Amino acid sequence: MSDQSPRGHTLDIVMAGLSKRRNAEKRFRFFGLASIVLGLVFLLVLFISIIGNGYSAFTYSNVALDITFDPAVIDPEGQRNPAALAAADYDTLWKASLLKLFPEVTERQEKRALNAFMGFSADKRLKDMVIKDPGLMGTTKTVWLPVDDTVDLLFKGKLGNEEELNERNQHYQSWIKTLKDQDRIHSSFNREFFTNGDSREPEAAGIWGAVVGSAFTLLITIGLSLPIGIAAAIYLEEFAPRNRWTDLIEVNINNLAAVPSIVFGLLGLAVFINFFGLPRSSPLVGGLVLTLMTLPVIIIAGRSALKSVPPSVREAALGIGASPVQMVFDHVLPLALPGILTGAIIGTARALGESAPLLMIGMVAFIVDIPKTFTSAATVLPVQIYLWADSPERAFNERTSAAIMVLLAFLILMNGFAVYLRRRYERRW
Amino acid sequence: MEKSTLFLLILLASTLAYLSNTWRARTLAETSGQKLHSLPGFYGYYTALWCALPGLFLLLLWLLGEGSILTTGALARLPQSLLDGAAPEQIQLLVNDIKSVAQGSFEGQIDPAIQVAADRFSELTQWSRILLTVLSITASLSGLLFAQSRINTDFRARNHVETVVRVFLIGCALTAIFTTIGIVLSVLIESIRFFNMVPITDFLFGLKWSPQIAMRADQAGSSGAFGVIPLLTGTLLISMVALLVAVPIGLLAAIYLSEYASPNFRAIAKPLIEILAGIPTVVYGFFAALVVAPFLRNMGAEIGLEISSESALAAGLVMGIMIIPFVSSLSDDFINAVPQSLRDGAYALGATQSETIRQVVIPAALPGIVGGILLAASRAIGETMIVVMAAGLSANLTLNPLAAVTTVTTQIVTLLVGDQEFDSPKTLAAFALGLILFILTLCLNIMALRIVRKYREQYE
Repeated sequence: MSDQSPRGHTLDIVMAGLSKRRNAEKRFRFFGLASIVLGLVFLLVLFISIIGNGYSAFTYSNVALDITFDPAVIDPEGQRNPAALAAADYDTLWKASLLKLFPEVTERQEKRALNAFMGFSADKRLKDMVIKDPGLMGTTKTVWLPVDDTVDLLFKGKLGNEEELNERNQHYQSWIKTLKDQDRIHSSFNREFFTNGDSREPEAAGIWGAVVGSAFTLLITIGLSLPIGIAAAIYLEEFAPRNRWTDLIEVNINNLAAVPSIVFGLLGLAVFINFFGLPRSSPLVGGLVLTLMTLPVIIIAGRSALKSVPPSVREAALGIGASPVQMVFDHVLPLALPGILTGAIIGTARALGESAPLLMIGMVAFIVDIPKTFTSAATVLPVQIYLWADSPERAFNERTSAAIMVLLAFLILMNGFAVYLRRRYERRW
Repeated sequence: MEKSTLFLLILLASTLAYLSNTWRARTLAETSGQKLHSLPGFYGYYTALWCALPGLFLLLLWLLGEGSILTTGALARLPQSLLDGAAPEQIQLLVNDIKSVAQGSFEGQIDPAIQVAADRFSELTQWSRILLTVLSITASLSGLLFAQSRINTDFRARNHVETVVRVFLIGCALTAIFTTIGIVLSVLIESIRFFNMVPITDFLFGLKWSPQIAMRADQAGSSGAFGVIPLLTGTLLISMVALLVAVPIGLLAAIYLSEYASPNFRAIAKPLIEILAGIPTVVYGFFAALVVAPFLRNMGAEIGLEISSESALAAGLVMGIMIIPFVSSLSDDFINAVPQSLRDGAYALGATQSETIRQVVIPAALPGIVGGILLAASRAIGETMIVVMAAGLSANLTLNPLAAVTTVTTQIVTLLVGDQEFDSPKTLAAFALGLILFILTLCLNIMALRIVRKYREQYE
């Protein structure tokens, strides 16, 4: 049909379009690369903003004050009675010492600001010192005491906006400068953040309660979901006959893996708390809910791990007289275990970061005590983050980011272990 | 004995039963000179199971039933006047008082009537504990003795043990079904109670959502409006924004990773992108509220746009970042599953690589990609923490992504966090919303899974 057209005609059309097509090719490639870079930039921005916001919460500012343990203030009766010592007003001690450092403060407004300069646990710190060693009475000693959380933020340079630099904070800043010149203020590692439970006061708020709560919850989750998940995977992969029932179970599991987590929370509220009457806010209920959520993940991972064990292993086991149960438990399962565990760890890591279903079962309560049993009221790390993110105090902001860093560290550890397990034991059949 | 001690005791006994009977079976075979039917260990397992299961069963029975029997017994000692006409919550309070008095942790003045009931409660607790200890130890011991009496060289211990194992396996596989039934029932029952108070048509087609219920009958203002439409539009709006972010980025990333990238680049970039899916949603929520929303608001102010600090845009954008990996890894799988022969055919016709991808590979992988996008959409609709932390609470019926909207999940959380009264429509509404959410995501999931499954079969 192309008899009449000159020989070069088609080639011309192709050649004419070629540069355009090559450009289109380049553009397409660029868009692909750009979207990967964009994704990675999102990741980077996320990490940088969290770390930049939160690293400062790992330190806290202390001020060295020359405290005179005046018996007239702490022990007016002179009995050295522990009850009287515990009830005394230790705030007066540091207030007096601070006033000595800043004798120019006379105005009422300023004085009030100065009286709020130290943190509320300064009082407790002094009390503990005196109760431990009553011999301090009447002596003068230099003591490092924690400052108020606003002062802490100012010292770290976290408050910079003009609206945040109100009159009181400007006073604080000038005092901080004086203290710095005298070498009386410095930041040190914030141990309280890792050892305390939650608190309304940012300076005393710590994550230990939430970490313990998370540990209890995860123990229940792992203890239940691992055996049940492995057993279900074994049944479905190795023993189940192919019929409508097993099809139903399979569809069910795939669906459950995609059900929103908050729906599991509703289930936990209606079934475990209202029907079975298990205690609200407890790691027990939280663990049960997370178990139901993690199960589909473990079952799916378990099935694919079992599937990857070649049939020759099964045939060999059966051939030398093993029963099907022996074949699975003695030969197939050990070979599939690393794969199953990898999936289980990833599922557990997801459970560790989950918070929505736990809000439903009351794990959002404000809990100061470190949980002691599986049934005591507790909260978990992600929910603690949620609670702190909601707090209006400025100092909770950096603590939220710091708690996120701790949570991410745990997650990275778990996932890293899963990757290690996969690398170390992965087999190509 | 305490239940935990009893539990440990039973476990210890059954371990001992395993060890001793494994040894017994071995010596039996040696002394009688006959071959055992099963390996010696199976005789051990058999006796261990018979030792543990009866006791554990009783223990479970106690755990489930003891509480209600004890409280019924204790409440029976209360004067009838206290119980008449008392609401369930009041009875619950009475029960709590009785329990704390019985444990000696009650603070304040103790009502003599409560004291009587508490004494009864401690007495019953004592009896129940003794009964449980005696019963479960007897049951375990008799199980053990029965099993031991059956052991001889012809006994098919392995078959019995394997039956138990299989029943256990089936039971575990059925938990998935029970979970689904549990979800459906728990959500449905409370929803039906809700629909008895609020007509279902008002719920499904109402245009106004304000769940505040007047505390007194004569109180002015809100009597509660439960129209779900504003919530659904809010949810869909945020999900749309999320998909608009995630689908192009995820799809292009998947194409680049599977078609262009060198193996080394792929080995680094793919896990890094997938980290985005592993970050807890509460972190995204904080990120949205702390960084993205203020950033958008300031940027809007610069160019003269008014962007709410709880805008759908901020929540949707961050949610989009979160679901990028869902889109990209599923698409990646399906693009990889397209046979190389299709690509080779296109190259042979002179197509460039991008033309091949756009006109051959993507159309071939499209059903799978669509399935992946549907799964991502279902994830976006059900996502909770991001919207709780970054989206608003006021139910505006608007399609403007710069305004504050609220979502189904946000409302579930706000309705259920705090005091719950299971007789007010306010609390029950959360379950009705849960039902809507469950049905919506279920439809999406089933559709997606069906598409994915059908597609998988196509090239296998």
